[in-house]
Amino acid sequence: MAVKSKTFGSTLFNIINYAFFALVMIVCILPVWHVFCASFSDASWVLNQSGLIWRINKFSLNGYRLVFNNSNIWIGYMNTLLYVFGNTVIGMFLTVMAGYALSRKDFLWANPIMFIISFTMLFSGGIVPSYILVTQTLHMFDSRWALIIPTCMNAFYLILVRTALQNVPDSLEESAMLDGAGRFRILFSIMLPLIKATLATVILYYVIGNWNAWFNAMIYLRDRTKFPLQLILKEILVTASSTTTADTTILTDSSDSADAALYKELIKYCTIMVSTVPMFIFYPFIQKYFESGVMIGAIKG
Amino acid sequence: MSRTATKTYRKYSWHNIKKDFVKNWPLLLMVAPALAFYIIFHYIPMGGLLMAFENYKPNLGLLGSKFVGMKNFVDFFSSVYCWRVIRNTLILSLLQIGIEFPFTICFAILLNEIGSAKYKRTVQTLSYMPYFISLVVVAGIIIDFCQTNGVLTVLVQAVTGKSDNLLSNASNWRPIYILSDLWKNVGFNSIIYVAALAGIDKTLYEAAEIDGANRFKRILHVTVPGITDTIMIMLIMRVGQMLSVGYEKTILLYNPQVYETADIISSFVYRKGLQEANYGYSTAVSLFNSVINFALLLITNALSQKYTESGLF
Repeated sequence: MAVKSKTFGSTLFNIINYAFFALVMIVCILPVWHVFCASFSDASWVLNQSGLIWRINKFSLNGYRLVFNNSNIWIGYMNTLLYVFGNTVIGMFLTVMAGYALSRKDFLWANPIMFIISFTMLFSGGIVPSYILVTQTLHMFDSRWALIIPTCMNAFYLILVRTALQNVPDSLEESAMLDGAGRFRILFSIMLPLIKATLATVILYYVIGNWNAWFNAMIYLRDRTKFPLQLILKEILVTASSTTTADTTILTDSSDSADAALYKELIKYCTIMVSTVPMFIFYPFIQKYFESGVMIGAIKG
Repeated sequence: MSRTATKTYRKYSWHNIKKDFVKNWPLLLMVAPALAFYIIFHYIPMGGLLMAFENYKPNLGLLGSKFVGMKNFVDFFSSVYCWRVIRNTLILSLLQIGIEFPFTICFAILLNEIGSAKYKRTVQTLSYMPYFISLVVVAGIIIDFCQTNGVLTVLVQAVTGKSDNLLSNASNWRPIYILSDLWKNVGFNSIIYVAALAGIDKTLYEAAEIDGANRFKRILHVTVPGITDTIMIMLIMRVGQMLSVGYEKTILLYNPQVYETADIISSFVYRKGLQEANYGYSTAVSLFNSVINFALLLITNALSQKYTESGLF
């Protein structure tokens, strides 16, 4: 705050406030720190440890060795990259084209079509009719397409792109038209470079949303070689813990079940690290785009 | 009313449609794939809601299945699950509104009082981070913390002396759900308030200080009124989503032992529909929920337009 007062009460407030946020930061980071330390520790120590793990004990990379040797993880990674790429490319292409057409004031159908699309944010058929459509009508059950096509567009992001394009001055488009440029050309060579910040935000939202998605994979896929990383993670982190007679084959490629029992906990921690590290690496660079995404959305709302 | 109707009629006259097509056919071409997407993946499932009134069998199809009228709805409303899932959904929503919502606002207000820009930035970076961790991983961490020798269990044991798996006890479900929500969302959800706070005129604080207002009074009389509009809009939006609590976290974490408090409308629909293949019945429950959600949204939007002059649509 610009105002500086040096009363006792104010100083006390400051101390408490700074301490409070120090605590908040610790609480935010602690679960991640626990996982981080545990993942580099000794398997049997981790297994018998109770409560918080706040330091690395008997440094070991055995867990990571098992995780990196687990073909499920790699297959999951490759599938996730494929789904993220497919969804984002198709989704962005459709979003940008529709956003442009719907942002033109002289387009007769802009408002009715916009209404048709926005209405789906308020009311939906629900998961059962969608499931029946994808599996019975479109025959996409156990197909990779089931994870790409039905979820590739998001009405909210379409609105973000449309709003950004509406704010581009009309004169730019008019002069390009006089020069003989068509609509497609205007969109891709004039409009899109002008709304780069919005596009970056929307792309990141598509990427992170698809990276973290698991539900559709769970209901549509049965073939393990098509599973995205999050579904493999779900089996390792959630399914393997909830059943006592867990199918441990998902944890390691080795068939030694004693090994799997000993390393069960450690493998969980290492898997979390392996799947989340890319996010930790990119997060500081992309944080501001997410913040601006919230802001654009809020202004619209 | 009749004037706008005539205007609409004129706007969409055959002549104008032809004229628009000649001029704007590339725009129609551009919007066609997206429109097709929404018709196929959103409007056809809406037509699929018809199965709520049928004893739907996939091999007979939507038009071939036996029509049973309101039977599915009657079955749901007379079942023991009806009250349980509605109650759990409502309680969870009210807890979110009563705890998470004010907590997020306080978080933003207190963050605004931090003088050092660097410290503020660090707090923001670290507190937004959990939002980006995938729900599956968060669920994995929650399960790990709640197992018999987990971090939370050890904490609870220090107070109560019991060291059972926390997730197998129905009375622990709501605290765990809300606490993990707080951890994951408070930082990121505060962005909107932090931005609103940044927009408050700095001279107001100076004027208040000259008038002798202390720190606490400045927060109460300058900061809080400055973001009241934002708070109202967010509250109205939140109330509009009262009965639409998502299923993802619930179905990752729950088990039959905690259905009593954990099972919500959306997880019930998922279980009955996709796991037990009781399509008609679960579609009926889902349709009931969608209609209530839609009505709530319309009501809260009307309220929002009345009191804040800014609706959502």
